[in-house]
Amino acid sequence: MLKKTGIPKLETIKDKFPSEARRKKGPYAVFECYQRIPCNPCSTSCKFNAVEEINDDINNIPVVNYENCTGCGLCVSACPGLACFVIDETYSDEKFTIKIPYELLPLPKKGDFVYALDREGNEVDKVEVIRVQANKSLDNTNVITIALPKKHIYSVRSIKVGEISE
Amino acid sequence: MENTEIAVIGGGPAGMCAAIAAAEQGSRVTLFDRGKEYGGQLVKQTHRFFGSEKEYAGTRGINISDIFLNKVKENKLIERKKDTTVLSIYHDGVITYEDRNSYGRITAERTIIATGASEKMLPFENNDIPGVYGAGAVQTLMNQYGVVPGDKVLMIGAGNIGLIVSYQLIQAGVKVEAIIDAAPEIGGFLVHASKIRRLGVPIITSTSIKKAIGKNYVEGAVIGSLDENWKFIPGTEKELDVDTICLSVGLSPLVELLNNTKCKMKYSALLGGFVPLKDKNLETTAKGYYVAGDVSGVEEASSAMLEGTIAGLSAADSLGYGKKIENIKQEYIKGLEDLRAGPMGEKIRLGLKQLEG
Amino acid sequence: MRIKEHPVLKFKEKKKVKFVFEGKELYGYEKEPIAIALHDNGIRELKHDERPRGLFCAIGNCSSCLMEVNGESNVRVCVEELKEGMIVKKQNSKGSLKGDE
Repeated sequence: MLKKTGIPKLETIKDKFPSEARRKKGPYAVFECYQRIPCNPCSTSCKFNAVEEINDDINNIPVVNYENCTGCGLCVSACPGLACFVIDETYSDEKFTIKIPYELLPLPKKGDFVYALDREGNEVDKVEVIRVQANKSLDNTNVITIALPKKHIYSVRSIKVGEISE
Repeated sequence: MENTEIAVIGGGPAGMCAAIAAAEQGSRVTLFDRGKEYGGQLVKQTHRFFGSEKEYAGTRGINISDIFLNKVKENKLIERKKDTTVLSIYHDGVITYEDRNSYGRITAERTIIATGASEKMLPFENNDIPGVYGAGAVQTLMNQYGVVPGDKVLMIGAGNIGLIVSYQLIQAGVKVEAIIDAAPEIGGFLVHASKIRRLGVPIITSTSIKKAIGKNYVEGAVIGSLDENWKFIPGTEKELDVDTICLSVGLSPLVELLNNTKCKMKYSALLGGFVPLKDKNLETTAKGYYVAGDVSGVEEASSAMLEGTIAGLSAADSLGYGKKIENIKQEYIKGLEDLRAGPMGEKIRLGLKQLEG
Repeated sequence: MRIKEHPVLKFKEKKKVKFVFEGKELYGYEKEPIAIALHDNGIRELKHDERPRGLFCAIGNCSSCLMEVNGESNVRVCVEELKEGMIVKKQNSKGSLKGDE
């Protein structure tokens, strides 16, 4: 399916998540990298030695070591495929936050409301921008943190900035 | 008659890396390019590169280009001949060139040909009307000159170039109506496909274009589904409202100068067309003539960089320059093998194997 | 149409120059290819014999963009740089080698 449509199945997506226990502890990185391609910036950018498998062979699919991963988000900006995200389920009982890479204009501002898009680009919710990281060291792959209802945890990985009616 | 030790023809990633590698070993190099500035296709690549640190993974193509440009400028052993088109290589080894409006001749001890590849065309009704552009052309317009190619684009080809250029179109504020590909599966990296789907662009496989609609320019397109025999299935036609049709259907190596050298060439569909046979030093069967980059097999910029370095080191080595070149070269050869080792490198590995056979 | 702001690229300020296309005065930027200036002015059709023709490769390989510039035929306008006062005309398919006579 993924090879025909570019959209992974739910089981495939869930496979990349850490254990229930780890998810309740704090922020964690999720690498939506399902294909063996020659690439390793996720590993070289990580300061906590939390990326495995890829050091032996850059074609290997990277695996996150959840003991070491702090959810710092450096990988979010470093990944050329825009496939790394950091999720924090401890934000509140109803909501989680996710750091997503963003390379479009206009950039939203903290406090703005933006459209949350599902994996096909459909607008599924209006969500708040919690943080915008856009400094020079990120080389224009800005990192936007949004807060949204937990029902979206497997489906929302991008946003649309625009006139929100309401 | 001018002369040089190593003539490098083509100043894209392969050519620049070849010139830098050879000059760093002590050779005198003359680097030709028909463009006003070196960089080839690199100067249009706004995305971050894949690969490993050797290929500057994580760095944007445009910035990698700047790194090489500076190295070329700073090395006094590299004679720069930009805005200069190499016309021919004669049987006695004389290279002729056009430098704006004057004609020049130069001899070289060794020559590295790194002239890249050009866009393929796709046959369909009305494919010649204004608004049908190659993917490279769209990149040139958008990324080099800041001009949008149109407002609503149909992208044909879901390989890496089709997927990447579609994303770049969105970054430029252009709508991509759809990406279609005749193959049943997406050929490019799936991470590129996923990120473009998340932005609302449909990817439709087993589909091709039947015709471009419009009298004086593109006003629409008719697409249709293909069966297992690549034939259009009647009744599946769909009309799309677009003003630009972007073709990303592959590249063909630009081998005219190689034909001059009379080196052995072979046709390879997997590698993009007629390509030269080459040994592990990237020397062709014409002694003293080396190749690097897309001209010897259409691949990626990362491979072009590594091949350029290997060819530059080989040429310098053959002239007696440098110590321990073999060790340095082995690192780059290994880097190339690593790049090609995974499933995405299968096409290249198979293509190169067929050349040997 | 020019991209005003780009998420990754910064476009340099260039000098605006006047040129003439088919008798009409237009503006473009110096040192950019003529084809870009035409495209920016909404002109995509570069020749029209029995059929209209525009750019294809935009890098000097395909010869789709040949036009007459300052009396010289068969100029690849996708690589030829725009200069102040250039006179750009459509030519027929093969152009003419007679030049300005």
